[in-house]
Amino acid sequence: MGRLKLFIPLLVFAVLAGFFIKGLGLDPRALPSALLEKPLPVFELPNLDAPGETLDNAAVLGTPALVNVWATWCPSCAVEHSFLNYLREREGVRIIGVNYKDDSTKARVWLNEKGNPYRFNIVDADGRFGIDLGITGAPETYLIDAQGIVQMRYQGPLDRNVWEQTFKPRYLELLMGGQ
Amino acid sequence: MGRLVAALLLLWSLAAQAVIETYQFDSPELRDRYHVFVKELRCPKCQNQNLEDSNAGVAADLRREVHRLLHEGYSDEQIYDFMVARYGEFVLYRPKASGITLYLWLAPVVLLILAIAVVVLVVKRSRQQRDVMSYNDEQREQLQRVLDSVDQDKGDA
Repeated sequence: MGRLKLFIPLLVFAVLAGFFIKGLGLDPRALPSALLEKPLPVFELPNLDAPGETLDNAAVLGTPALVNVWATWCPSCAVEHSFLNYLREREGVRIIGVNYKDDSTKARVWLNEKGNPYRFNIVDADGRFGIDLGITGAPETYLIDAQGIVQMRYQGPLDRNVWEQTFKPRYLELLMGGQ
Repeated sequence: MGRLVAALLLLWSLAAQAVIETYQFDSPELRDRYHVFVKELRCPKCQNQNLEDSNAGVAADLRREVHRLLHEGYSDEQIYDFMVARYGEFVLYRPKASGITLYLWLAPVVLLILAIAVVVLVVKRSRQQRDVMSYNDEQREQLQRVLDSVDQDKGDA
């Protein structure tokens, strides 16, 4: 027993080292969304593509979709945009845009120039819907099911790795479940 | 030269003014509550700052929301619930003592108790060792004899 006690510091060290090694691989900014398993917040906001019209929660229901928060002032959104185009064109993913704290005219020009991956765009001019979503910046992407329940959230530009490894398996599951 | 400095100072003060937010409050009580909230709520973007210190866009939006909710007559509890519903317990610098955050609250107490236990054990152990070191009269005499004989050997040589 006396001998074994000598190993206590080593044990403590091993436990601490374990935590630290795990911590190295964690991104402290990747917070779990408070919205997971909850319905998309209630909204009634202008439609970017049809000035004068409004969109509400009924518009997002029906099929699983990505809800992508973006803005023309956000450099990472420009990086992300071509991948969203790819998702729309090649994989037929339904993407709903939230144009966040942006100038609608600039946003329309951007979509004309870079291509439009969005089924439609919700205009969140003052960022209130963004706060309801719990976003910390743009871009952010949510995966919602056909009932509008939030399944996943990703902060930062969506790319092929994130899509293939985290979103796609769940997205396919949702598509299968819906049929 | 003095005029140039004055002109530069003027420019500088204008730039500084541009980042200061001015909120009007209906009552001093609302203003006091606002200042408590912006200190107690954590910026979700720049994580080790509270809303008051942060320049992030989302922090500015959340300050605006706090101001709005206060003027819409929300209670403190309702405002905290509003923030937690959107950003999780993470936004509270003083999270509620329930669920997973219970670990946060209990860990310091548990560690303190552990530390005290270790100190008590170590002190007890060292006292026991000191008891071993102290000799009774007979042993002391014996020891003295050994020491004396050593001295004698030296004297002979």
